Amino acid sequence: MSIFDPSRRKFIQTTAASTGAIITAKLTTDAEAKSVLKPKQVTEPAKVNILLRVNGSEHQLMVDPRMTLLDALRERLQLTGSKKGCDQGQCGACTVIVDGRRIVSCLTLAVMQEGHDITTIEGLGTPNNLHPMQAAFIKHDGYQCGFCTPGQICSAVAMLDEVKAGMPSHVTSDLTRSPKMSAIEFRERMSGNICRCGAYSNIQDAIAEVAGERT
Amino acid sequence: MKAFNYERATSLAEAVAKVSHIKGAKFIAGGTNLVDLMKLQIETPTHLIDINDLGLDKIEASADGGLRIGALVRNTDLAANQQVRRDYAVLSRALLAGASGQLRNQATTAGNLLQRTRCPYFYDTNMPCNKREPNSGCSAIGGYSRLHAIVGVSNSCIATHPSDMAIAMRLLDATVETVRPNGSIRTIPIAELHRLPENTPHIEHTLEAGELITAVTLPKPVGGTHIYRKVRDRASYAFALISVAAIVQRDGTGRVAVGGVAHKPWRVEAAERDMPRGAKALTAGILANAQTTHDNAFKVLLVERTIASVLNEVKG
Amino acid sequence: MKFDTPASSNPIDQLKVIGKPASRIDGPLKTTGTAPYAYDRYNVVSNQAYGYVLGSAIAKGRIASMNLAAAKAYPGVIAIVTAENAGKLGKGDFNTALLLGGPEIQHYHQAVAVVVAETFEQARAAAYLIQVEYVRTKGYFDLADEKSKGVAKDDPYTIAESAVGNFSQAFSSAPVQLDASYSTSHESHSMLEPHATIAAWDGDQLTLWTSNQMIAWSVGEISKTLRIAKEKIRVISPYIGGGFGSKLFVRTDALMAALAARAAMRPVKVSLQRALIPNNTTHRSATIQRLRIGATKDGQITAIGHESWSGNLPGGSPEAGAVQTRALYAGANRMTSNRISQLDLPEANAMRAPNEASGLAALEQAMDEMAEKLGMDPVVFRIKNDTQVVPDSPLKAGSTDSQANKNRNPNPPFSLRQLVKCFETGAERFGWHKRNAKPGQVRDGRWLVGMGTASAYRDNVVMKSAARVKLDNRGHLTVETDMTDIGTGSYTIIAQTAAEMMGLPLEKVTVRLGDSSFPASAGSGGQWGGNSSTSGVYAACMKLREAITVKAKAQDPKFDITNAVFADGKIQSKSQSILLADLAGSRGLVAEDAIEFGDLDKRYQQSTFGAHFVEVGVDAATGEIRMRRMLAVCAAGRILNPKTARSQVIGAMTMGVGAALMEGLEVDKRYGFFVNHDLAGYEVPVHADIPHQEVIFLDETDPISSPMKAKGVGELGICGVAAAIANAVYNATGVRVRDYPITLDKLIEKMPTMV
Repeated sequence: MSIFDPSRRKFIQTTAASTGAIITAKLTTDAEAKSVLKPKQVTEPAKVNILLRVNGSEHQLMVDPRMTLLDALRERLQLTGSKKGCDQGQCGACTVIVDGRRIVSCLTLAVMQEGHDITTIEGLGTPNNLHPMQAAFIKHDGYQCGFCTPGQICSAVAMLDEVKAGMPSHVTSDLTRSPKMSAIEFRERMSGNICRCGAYSNIQDAIAEVAGERT
Repeated sequence: MKAFNYERATSLAEAVAKVSHIKGAKFIAGGTNLVDLMKLQIETPTHLIDINDLGLDKIEASADGGLRIGALVRNTDLAANQQVRRDYAVLSRALLAGASGQLRNQATTAGNLLQRTRCPYFYDTNMPCNKREPNSGCSAIGGYSRLHAIVGVSNSCIATHPSDMAIAMRLLDATVETVRPNGSIRTIPIAELHRLPENTPHIEHTLEAGELITAVTLPKPVGGTHIYRKVRDRASYAFALISVAAIVQRDGTGRVAVGGVAHKPWRVEAAERDMPRGAKALTAGILANAQTTHDNAFKVLLVERTIASVLNEVKG
Repeated sequence: MKFDTPASSNPIDQLKVIGKPASRIDGPLKTTGTAPYAYDRYNVVSNQAYGYVLGSAIAKGRIASMNLAAAKAYPGVIAIVTAENAGKLGKGDFNTALLLGGPEIQHYHQAVAVVVAETFEQARAAAYLIQVEYVRTKGYFDLADEKSKGVAKDDPYTIAESAVGNFSQAFSSAPVQLDASYSTSHESHSMLEPHATIAAWDGDQLTLWTSNQMIAWSVGEISKTLRIAKEKIRVISPYIGGGFGSKLFVRTDALMAALAARAAMRPVKVSLQRALIPNNTTHRSATIQRLRIGATKDGQITAIGHESWSGNLPGGSPEAGAVQTRALYAGANRMTSNRISQLDLPEANAMRAPNEASGLAALEQAMDEMAEKLGMDPVVFRIKNDTQVVPDSPLKAGSTDSQANKNRNPNPPFSLRQLVKCFETGAERFGWHKRNAKPGQVRDGRWLVGMGTASAYRDNVVMKSAARVKLDNRGHLTVETDMTDIGTGSYTIIAQTAAEMMGLPLEKVTVRLGDSSFPASAGSGGQWGGNSSTSGVYAACMKLREAITVKAKAQDPKFDITNAVFADGKIQSKSQSILLADLAGSRGLVAEDAIEFGDLDKRYQQSTFGAHFVEVGVDAATGEIRMRRMLAVCAAGRILNPKTARSQVIGAMTMGVGAALMEGLEVDKRYGFFVNHDLAGYEVPVHADIPHQEVIFLDETDPISSPMKAKGVGELGICGVAAAIANAVYNATGVRVRDYPITLDKLIEKMPTMV
């Protein structure tokens, strides 16, 4: 088997950039091609009238089809509990529950969610009437800055339902059996929710407490 | 994100007709890859045809004893399907190794197959990329290329296909069913769905414009021990550095496909006869003519050691 | 209140509220999605438009031309601000690079324009229509290449170099020697909340609802940048979605929102898109470090030398990896050096435990290597070289007071140092004696298992901090200070402090933070915030207690104030008590004060200490590394709230796992930028990476630090973690990786062959 490194000579010729010298015209056509070459399609899209069902209430909205579900919740319905941490499906802070399933609301368009039941963090509980998962997060200090927290909680609530429904995960040892309510299962299943403050150990304690009460 | 018009298709025929007749139209189902790329204007559809209402979300037994998986079956549901778990465990395993719980709830079977590369230069629209902007150059070559392909590469592109599921589908000899704009139905062996980059890395698959995947079928189960081993830096929610999908029979024969090494799910059937000879021989066949960079040269040894570990696991 | 002599007994010592694991008082808001972060604040001002920031496509050079025509014509676009039309701007003292680039470009993704539109979708689409032509000039992007040009430069924070005794002679004659080089990667704070601001002008008055750790600094920086008086600026930042140093300074979101709002003549909200964060904002610089340690055969260090090289834009500060080596271990002959080279990458700046986090990653791996050379247990080796005074305390930069310098103790004592106890406690709790000193011996199925340890060390910094307390006629106390809570628990420990001081239950205290209309606090940074800000609240409460006492005496001349105590919502003497609510009266009582620290931090070295113990598993085939167990034992003064303090430590340990195993901003050395500039490319730990974590706080109080007798704890936890993990990986595999992060590609070729 040959392992060679073609990047040094052969490949470098095919790349547009080189270091050092001043690059002028060439660069403009390469790196900035996107803006120089095709400023077309400058139209305003037709707005779409949709009915969004969120936390049990129906909302009639005229939306730009480009609007994500996350932005519709935040900017139109003022449900700002769902957070925009990355807007790329890479952090989980925008997690909401749609028809019982957790999804990232930044990677779906609002227009695609008509007819679905959407639950956000605001629909789970309020400061004076906390959902058990919210109460467990407080008790176990399952958060620090709090920014990922609504997504963590929505995710945790729906995640426990997934385990209960017998859905397997990456760490389920025997696929033919139902998964266990265990820390290793919860850790794997919650991995789509990043907490940069690093409250994971405490979040796991919170989830374990709620799971224990349920089983 | 560029402006587009949005419609929900009510029939297959309508969906296919629209996408083939409207310039710049695209299908949307799960959206987890397309919406992301639209935000960055890497994808700029003028129309989106939402196909979620087309009922392509069933998993059913096929006439030849296999399984027919609707194109819109969500990754979660496919992985959790009892028959998949029992008879095609490598597929469940591969699905569950991918993305996150949230994304698997959204992502569809067909969308997973057609997802685009995660090469960071493809994602950065300031950088040359032949896949995004034909003939602009490949930034990964000579750049940061730790995650990139080592087999089937070209001087135009060293991107990988990021799917885990597709590796298992390739291992299982899945077949892709489509509807073409003229309404005809065809089947494409999964090995022929994805293309190597050659000098047209922007053309990633063999579907015609407007052709829609309606289902993926699996042949009848082949038994054996099913393993999907994904190797990555963090323990979850990360793309594979490499992955190994294997089905090994009691007599030591079997099949292997490898992920994270090529522009398409990578399987070299001819090399599989060397499985009983062990990982070294098998890997030499699978990764023959590997072309690595300084950053990703480790993948060759990693594949070999991972295959060795998988074969050891089968032995028990 | 001046704090210039060690604290004696004071009301905090009652420990009725302080020291208790109270749940966060902001918890109900944070867990229900109702805590208002900057970009959430739709209701603070009406008619908000959306701003979208365009980042530079090149790392270094200049803008040759910009064509805004297509973007301006786009539906919904209200205004576009670039350097050309922004008006003359100043530069804040804390920023190295300008927050708005053009025509000169200093780094990749430096902001070059903000587009304001009616909707987010319109602003984003229009930003893509701006046509920019750049001219790229030569830049320096590779630290290894530029290292030899590194210079030692003192700045207000760091003395670049120091020496004691004769290092080179002692090292070369030492019976046992280690000379090894290490490197750490560029790292991104990657806090979950992107930098975000809503800006509104009311005439010439600017209000910024933003996400910032340092309110008073920000007012000053905005004032300098926009060239308007501080009095015209209000900064409001009550909830901050993570900072870790990235929000110490005003960033482009705030400036662009302010400029955009001025241009659009209406409020504008701006949040940086995630893909801009690594290159537009700050990061922790990579380092290259060289450690030389010489010791006698019985393990006494006789020579220790630590050199560190890092990079930054011209004018920036170094990542001074060698500083802690002046204080951590004994040794008669020593040298440290922190050198900086120009790199035209984005601006490097403080990230959680700047200097120590990187420095200990190298030093504590070297200590492990040295222990092995000596045939000593690494815990025993560290304990043997403990010191109760600072062996190398160079003069602070800019010290001009010659008398003070003459009287200065070159080896100041530590105010309190219990590093040895941390190790002894941790070793026992962790089962350290079960570690097999010979690497590669322990196996659990597929996994090679190893244990590692490292010292944690981080200076305790104290800063002036003010607060205002208001007592109302319901006996309810409100604390106001511009202190911030970045997840640290400031709301809660401030409430606990006030409750303790005034004899109130926690529910009777309201805390209002993060508003420049409140008294200026220490802010959140450098793990100085908790101790300093609660001390400021202590000072204000002392003043309020005096006012209450005077009022009690005035109301009832027989009231015996000499032994008055505050408890149960009352002021009580032996025979009498009066409700605070009654004394407050309808107009209430207000007191404001600041804590100001004398020279105790110069007469004593104030530091926090800890010992990390970790166990890792390394996949024998693939080299994948997974954490199995983690324990930190911390000695950090009085722990004001063990629940929130523990969270600070586990969070820091988690970030340390990232630094050890996965975090690295990858430099494209041709184009000069961080390639993996999102949260898929720049991996930080996820749930599955982190096992249950254990934290033990030694029971200690440090009266030299503050009236709270507390110290910082928010950064201690990250210090040393990376090295402990590296040492555990070595113990598991026998492979020593000196280049962080320790990813499998650096291990795999040296891993034991497969059977």
